[in-house]
Amino acid sequence: MHDIRADFPILARDAHASPLVYLDNAATTQKPVAVIEAVNDYYRRYNANVHRAAHALAEEATEAMEMARAKVAAFIDAASTREIIFTRGTTESINLVAACFGIKSGSRILISEMEHHSNIVPWQMLAERTGAQLDAIRVTTTGDLDLEDFRTKLDERTALVAIAHVSNALGTLNDIGSVIADTHAVGAKVLIDGAQAVLHLPVSVKALDCDFYAFSAHKMFGPTGIGVLYGKERLLEAMPPWQGGGEMIERVTLEGTTYNRLPYKFEAGTPHIAGIIGLGAAIDYLSALPRDLLVDREEKLVHLAVNRLKQMPGLRMVGEPRQRISIVSFVPLDAHPHDVGMLLDQQGIAVRTGHHCAMPLMERMCVPGTVRASFSLYNSADDVDRLLTGVEKALSFV
Amino acid sequence: MDLDDIRDSFAFFDDWEDKYRFVIDLGKSLPHLEEALRTEDNLVRGCQSQVWLVSATVGDRLHLRIDSDAHIVRGLISIVLAAYQDRTPEDILAFDMEELFSDLDLLTHLSPTRGNGLRAMVSRIRETARAAA
Ligand SMILES: Cc1ncc(COP(=O)(O)O)c(C=O)c1O
Repeated sequence: MHDIRADFPILARDAHASPLVYLDNAATTQKPVAVIEAVNDYYRRYNANVHRAAHALAEEATEAMEMARAKVAAFIDAASTREIIFTRGTTESINLVAACFGIKSGSRILISEMEHHSNIVPWQMLAERTGAQLDAIRVTTTGDLDLEDFRTKLDERTALVAIAHVSNALGTLNDIGSVIADTHAVGAKVLIDGAQAVLHLPVSVKALDCDFYAFSAHKMFGPTGIGVLYGKERLLEAMPPWQGGGEMIERVTLEGTTYNRLPYKFEAGTPHIAGIIGLGAAIDYLSALPRDLLVDREEKLVHLAVNRLKQMPGLRMVGEPRQRISIVSFVPLDAHPHDVGMLLDQQGIAVRTGHHCAMPLMERMCVPGTVRASFSLYNSADDVDRLLTGVEKALSFV
Repeated sequence: MDLDDIRDSFAFFDDWEDKYRFVIDLGKSLPHLEEALRTEDNLVRGCQSQVWLVSATVGDRLHLRIDSDAHIVRGLISIVLAAYQDRTPEDILAFDMEELFSDLDLLTHLSPTRGNGLRAMVSRIRETARAAA
């Protein structure tokens, strides 16, 4: 199989005088040369503002940006590029929906106990503003969505259900297919937070039939500062614009403004052109890989890590979900997760410790935080070995 | 253990393992703060680990009781205490904690990006000293 590690220059570096083992991929993934070069090339060869000027550079930049939009649409199997809104990332995508999706006082919004703060706080703010009611679906002790609790809470008043495709703290792969079907049955809409899913699973918004899908480029080998909101065209059409400014208008007089068509209606101001082009390059890169094989290998590595960690004395797994993607969380029994994180760092192993922006979930699982190792397509069996010996060593200190 | 002992010990370490084992051992000899004092008011929030700090003026000196939920942070607290414990506010304000941590090659732990609460704790002690000076 093609050695994809060689495509990611940063993986060759050392950290604290040891070869780097990068297992913080849920926070952000590293970037392949193809993405770095695409961004570089844009600034070197055809930097210009898009959609406005009638000159060669502007045309090239506009074309590259709109090609990237088409790549995103194909990547998630959207019906049209009008359904692809560029945002700063998952967080902004969710905030956009929270700002523009009409919610009436007395309506209900359902999230879950395992959500990232980005899929909690915008809804709390919306509930506060509109008088809507916000409720959270329970998570079981294994870290799975309690679908029974979901069905109890889902009622005719429910306007929107917003849940993660994959939990960023535990790695739980949620059964969003049945959540979407049940939600539609009561006439409500569904937003899926796909930040941790898009790299590891083939996603078809058409097959899922979700109403909104949000994700970030930087978690799928693309640049930071750029993300996507997918929305069904007729829902986006019905929503008012969010921010006002250039790009999002058709015609402005001082008496009033007519708004631009989709997707531009939701893209006020000069977009993050370099980021969009980088995202397009990330999709090209991914599409050229034997992705199935790599995902399969990643899955095997995660399960190897889980099985070996389970056998290690001195620690406890947090979350044993029915289906797990790319992430493993645990706590040391006689130390703080932070101790383990610092001692792994000294060995050149990058993991994340803490609450992973999911404080309600940490409370639900009765832990102050966890040590989280998150894998990507470029991780190797050697990384698992280094993690395991690293954890063993860390535990020997305390 | 006083500051000179700590500096002397650090001079002998030639790898990170010896150093961190020493720091963790230092932390083990730090007395725990009783549960009743681990209050919201006494909490110095770090986003990773938490630190509780109680201070009292005894005569013209500041007496500090500090605890954390992480071993390494407790060790680092012991080092901070070696410099600050039962000193006058003037001595505390005159002491350069950054320099000490830099000499011990532990400066990253005082950095604002670490989120271990240590930096916020040092600031709070200095504020207390300033108020008492
Ligand atoms: C599940 C989930 N949702 C939302 C986010 C927020 O993504 P971003 O910070 O890129 O907006 C993250 C990233 O940590 C995440 O893992």
